[in-house]
Amino acid sequence: MTISPDDVVFWQWGMISLNATIVYTWVVMALLTLISWLVTHRLSSGTDISRWQNLLEVLVTGIGDQIREVSHTEPGKYLPFVGTLFLFIALANLLNVIPGYLAPTGSLSTTTALAICVFVAVPIYGIASQGPLNYLKHYIKPTVLMLPFNIIGEISRTIALAVRLYGNIMSGTVIVAILLSLTPYFFPIVMQLLGLLTGMIQAYIFAILAMVYIASATTAHDGGEPPENSQETQ
Amino acid sequence: MDDISIIGMASIFTAGLTIAIGSIGPAFGEARAVAQALSAIAQQPDESATITRTLFVGLAMIESTAIYCFVVTMILIFANPFWDYVTKPAGG
Repeated sequence: MTISPDDVVFWQWGMISLNATIVYTWVVMALLTLISWLVTHRLSSGTDISRWQNLLEVLVTGIGDQIREVSHTEPGKYLPFVGTLFLFIALANLLNVIPGYLAPTGSLSTTTALAICVFVAVPIYGIASQGPLNYLKHYIKPTVLMLPFNIIGEISRTIALAVRLYGNIMSGTVIVAILLSLTPYFFPIVMQLLGLLTGMIQAYIFAILAMVYIASATTAHDGGEPPENSQETQ
Repeated sequence: MDDISIIGMASIFTAGLTIAIGSIGPAFGEARAVAQALSAIAQQPDESATITRTLFVGLAMIESTAIYCFVVTMILIFANPFWDYVTKPAGG
């Protein structure tokens, strides 16, 4: 039984191997880019819009609303990053309905890459919004004694982000594989449906958590109201 | 007993123990969170959108504890480094 799409190798040439994770990541990227490009290269601002434009508008404004509710700021500069995370993970999990497709999010490499993106983006947004000194100062709040714990917290929440997404998607795949050998035909389909639901929720959680981390680095320390969902995790 | 049987036995036993104990805590936690959220929705139906969103985020976080245990179990059974070390020929 293969538990990781990393082990499924399509093509190999010396040290370079093309495994299922890379191929399906490219498929998801290509789909997202192609659909967005096809829809946006003939946008109309009138009342007569195509249904694809309608779909994209609903998605973009929906993500924007969620960001606004979580961070209490305008979504403008966060929308591209958080929205891309959500759309990529959601589409990668959603394509599981296609037979033969292996979700790239079921590989620890993909989720680690995504978590590292968040890990890098948090200080970038923090420094951009309040300057390097003010940003670094929040590592020694409330006291200097908390410095190691703040750093450990930053690293451990990145690992938690990666393992959470990986574990959820991988567990769905493994449970379906086990059930297929025990009770074929019916129960695997039910678990597959549950996996679709879990995949969407995990995409949402990943994007929201990224937004919460960014919001806590940008707004919580200028004396303002902390964002509503700013509970520290693990 | 040789190394292979000790490592195999310990891995399977620990895998079962990990998922058994590791699912008890999150189960209690999720039950508590859902119960609190339901009573909160019953008291304030207008706020149900916010409560549901926070509930889902919270549930996913609680559940990730169980998922960590599951990942450890899967590593113990399918990708155990000690098992690979023993079963591979020496020097490999």
